[in-house]
Amino acid sequence: MTASLLSISGLSAVSDREGGMPILRDVSLSLERGEVRGLVGESGAGKSTIAKALLGILPRTVRVTGGTVQFEGRDLLTMPARELRDIMGAQISLIPQDPQTALNPGRRIEAQLTDGLRLRRGLSSREAHARALKLLEEVQIRDPQRVLHAFPHELSGGMRQRVLIAAAFALEPKLVVADEPTTALDVTVQKQILRLIRDMQKVHGTAVIFVTHDLGVVAQICDSVTLLYAGKVIEAGATADVLQNPKHAYTKALMAAGPRYDRPDAGLEPVPQAVFEQLRAEIGIR
Amino acid sequence: MIAVSILKRLLMAAITLFGVAVIVFVLLRVVPGDPIAMMISPGASPESIAALRAQYGLDASLPVQFLVWLKAVVVGDFGTSISLRRNVLELLAERLPATLELAIVALLVAVVLGGAVAVLGTLLRRTPGEPVVDTVNGLCLAVPDFVWALALVLVLGVAFPVFPLSGRINPGVQVDFATPFYLIESLVTLRFKVFADVAAHMVMPVLALGLPLAAIITRVLKEALLEAMVQDYILLARLKGMSSLRLVLQEALRNAIGPTIALTGVQFTFLIGGTVIVERIFAYPGIGNMAIDAVINRDLPLIQGLVLVFGALFIVINLLVDMLVVAFNPRLRHG
Amino acid sequence: MADVALTPPAVRRSGLSKNLRAMLREPKVLVGGGFILLLLLVAIFAPWLAPKDPLEQDLMLGNLPPAGYPGTEPGYWLGTDDLGRDVLSRVIYGTRIALTVAFVAAGLAALFGTVLGLIAGFYGGWADKVISRLVDIWMAFPPVLLSILLVAVLGSGIHSVIAAIVIIDWTRFCRVVRAETQAQAKMDYVVAARTIGFPRLHILIREILPNVAPVLIALVSLEMGIAVIVEAILSFVGLSVSSDTPTWGGMIAQGRQIIYQGWWVLVAPLVVLFATVLAFNQLGDGLRRALDPVMRR
Repeated sequence: MTASLLSISGLSAVSDREGGMPILRDVSLSLERGEVRGLVGESGAGKSTIAKALLGILPRTVRVTGGTVQFEGRDLLTMPARELRDIMGAQISLIPQDPQTALNPGRRIEAQLTDGLRLRRGLSSREAHARALKLLEEVQIRDPQRVLHAFPHELSGGMRQRVLIAAAFALEPKLVVADEPTTALDVTVQKQILRLIRDMQKVHGTAVIFVTHDLGVVAQICDSVTLLYAGKVIEAGATADVLQNPKHAYTKALMAAGPRYDRPDAGLEPVPQAVFEQLRAEIGIR
Repeated sequence: MIAVSILKRLLMAAITLFGVAVIVFVLLRVVPGDPIAMMISPGASPESIAALRAQYGLDASLPVQFLVWLKAVVVGDFGTSISLRRNVLELLAERLPATLELAIVALLVAVVLGGAVAVLGTLLRRTPGEPVVDTVNGLCLAVPDFVWALALVLVLGVAFPVFPLSGRINPGVQVDFATPFYLIESLVTLRFKVFADVAAHMVMPVLALGLPLAAIITRVLKEALLEAMVQDYILLARLKGMSSLRLVLQEALRNAIGPTIALTGVQFTFLIGGTVIVERIFAYPGIGNMAIDAVINRDLPLIQGLVLVFGALFIVINLLVDMLVVAFNPRLRHG
Repeated sequence: MADVALTPPAVRRSGLSKNLRAMLREPKVLVGGGFILLLLLVAIFAPWLAPKDPLEQDLMLGNLPPAGYPGTEPGYWLGTDDLGRDVLSRVIYGTRIALTVAFVAAGLAALFGTVLGLIAGFYGGWADKVISRLVDIWMAFPPVLLSILLVAVLGSGIHSVIAAIVIIDWTRFCRVVRAETQAQAKMDYVVAARTIGFPRLHILIREILPNVAPVLIALVSLEMGIAVIVEAILSFVGLSVSSDTPTWGGMIAQGRQIIYQGWWVLVAPLVVLFATVLAFNQLGDGLRRALDPVMRR
C-alpha cells in the first residue's frame, strides 16, 4: 500500500452552496507510479472535484467531511499550505480543459513556459530557454523557435494544447492531472493530443489522472478506470476488465450510450431510466 | 499599417480642430455682449469706439473676420487679448505650463492611487476587506472634483492649515524661472526649497482633480482584474508557484489594463476640463482660471485661443491613448 | 415559445405595483428618494420654513457663527454671512434653484436624448448614422468648458443654465437609449409583433419604450445629480442666476472668499450640495437595481 504514488481513501465532501449536498461519497482509489487512470462520469459525478482536491484548488464552497488524499504517503488535505504549494505544479501538475483560456493572452509562450523552470528550478533565462525549446520539440511542435516568440492568439487550439502539455511536463512531475484535455478540440486533433499525452507519460514515467466523460477515450489511453456517479465509485478496475466485462448495469448502459472513436457508426442509446433508479437506490438518494 | 492609421488619425484630428475653430468662432460672434463696450471708459466718443473696433478687426463681415483670424492662427498669431491687452499666444505660453503640470501630476496620482487600490481590492477579494474597499470607493465615485476641492479647502486649508490655499508659488519666494514649468525646473535645477513650495501649492488642486479619477480607475481596473483572476491561466500560474501579488501584477494586470487605459484617456480629458473650476477655487494661475475670466470679460481673441488649445490637448490625448491601447494589446499590435 | 414571445420581458401596466414594491424594497431608493422628497418639500415650503428673509442684510450682525459657537445671536442657527444674511434661510431658499434646474434640465435632456436614441436605435440606416456622428462630435467637447462657453453665449440666468445642461447632456441619454433599443429590437417579442404587422411607431412606443424605461429612469436620477453640480459650478463662477437670488453655488463662492472669517458660509451649502448629489446617485443606483428584471433575479 505504501508503495502507491497516490492513495485516496474514504474521501467525502459536501457542497455548502447547495445546502450541504454530498458531492463525494466515501471515494477510494489508488494510483501506482506511471499508471494512467481514467476518472469517468457525467457532469456532477464528482470527477472534477477529485481533480481539484488533488491540485489543492477546491472552491471555498466545497467542504471535505472525511477521508485522506495521500501523495507519497503524506496527506495533501492536512498538509501546511506552504508545503502544499511546493508540491503543486512541481510534483503534481495540470493539463487544463480549455487551451483558449489557459494561456495568458498578454504574454509570450516562452515566458509562460519558463515561469515554473525559473521560479521552481532556479534556471537562468538562457537555461530555461534551452529547456523550453527541448520541451516543444518533445511535444512535436515543428517550429519551436517561432512558437516561443509567439503570443497565444497566433497559435491554433491544438498547438496551444501541445504547449500546455509541454508546460505540464516541464518540471518532471510525478503526477499529471488531465482535466478533459481534448473536449475543446476538433476530433482529428483530439486523437493526436491523446497519443501525445500517452507518449509523454511513457517517456517520463509519469502517472496520469485522466478526467473524462468519454469511455472511448478511456479505452484508448487508460490502464485503469474509476467510474463515478453522484460522487460514488460505481465500478473500478483495469480498463480491459471493466470495458470487456462490465459488472454494473450503469457501465453497460454508458458503453452503449457514448459516441465512440472505435465504433463511430454504433447507434446511440440513452441510459435507461431504470438504471438511474437503481443507481439512486444503491447510493441512497431519494 | 500602423503608420497609415496614425496619419489618418492626424488628418481627422486636424479636421476636428478646424471644426472646433469654426464652431467657436460662429458661437462667439452671436454673443449678445459687446466686448468693446467692456473696455472703454464711459462717455468715450463714437469715433474712438469705431477706432477700437477697427483695431480689433470687429468692423469687417463675419466670413472676412474668420478668414483673417484663421490666417493669423496658422502663422501662430492668435491676436491680442482685449481685457488683458497682451498677445494671446504669449499669455497661453505663460499659463498653459501651469495647467499641464497640474493635470499631469493629478493624472499620475490618480493612476498610482487608483491602481494600488484596485490591486488591493483584488487581493482582498472574497474577504471582509473587499466590501470595505468597494464602499469607500463607491463613495468617492459620487464626489465630483468641485466638491473635493472645497472640502479640501476646509480641511487642509482652514481646519488644519497644512497647505497654502491659493496661487502657484509663495510670493515671498524670490526666484527667477527660465521656463514656465516651475515644478520641473525647480526639481531639475535642484532648488528643493522652491520645489517644495511649488509642490505644496499643488497638493490640494492635484488631489481635487486626481481623487475622482482614482476612484473611476479603481472601479474599472478592479472589475477587469477580478474577471482575469478566474481565468485558467491564472490557475496554472498559481500552480507554477507564483505569489498572489505576482499573479495580479504579472499575469492579470496586462490583460485587464486595456479598457482601463482607454477609459483613463477619456477621463483625463474630463480632468483637464475640471482644471477650469479647480484652478478657480485655488486661484491657480493656469489656462482654466484664465478661461473663466475671458468668458466673463467676453474677451473674444483670448477665448478663441483657449478653446483651440483645449481642443488640441484633447485631440493629442486621444491620439496618445489609442496608441497606448495598441501597444498594450498584442492582438492589435500584430493586426 | 410562440405564445410567450408576445409578452415583453419587463412587466407593463399590470406589473406597475410590482415594480413599485420592488423599488420600495431597495434601501438605496428609500434613503435617496426620501432625502430628495424632503428637499422638494423644503423648496416648496421655503417661505414658511426659513426663519429669516434670505435677502435681508444687517451689517451689525455680519459673520455670526453657527449656534453652539461663542458670540452667536439667537435665531441664526447656521450663522450669518459677511452681509449679515441668515445662512440657514439662504440654504433653504437655495433648494429652489437647485431642484428646478435638476428636474427641468434632466427632464428635457432625457426627452431629447430619448427621442433621438429611440429613432437611431429602432430605425437605423441614415438616421442612426447622422445621430451617432452628432453624438461623437458632441462628446469631443469637454463638458465644463462647453457649459461655461454656452452660458457665455446664452447670457447668464437660470434659463441659460438649463439650456446649457440640456445641450451638453442629451448625448448621455441618446447613447444609452440607442444601444438599449437596438438590443430590444432584436428580441423575439419585437420580431413577433413585427410579423403580425403592428405599425412601427406602435411597436416603438408600446413594446420597446417600456423596456428601455428602467435604464432611462435610473439615468435621469443620475443626471439630476449632475445638473445640481453644474448649476452650483456656474453659480460659483457667477454665470448662473443674478447674485441676489440665493443659490448654493453662490453661497459657496462667497464662503470661499471669506473663508477665514466665516467658514460656515461655505460648509452649510457644501454639505447640502453633497448630500443632494449623493442622494440622486443612490436613488439612481437603487432604481437601476430595482427595475432591472435581470438584476432582480
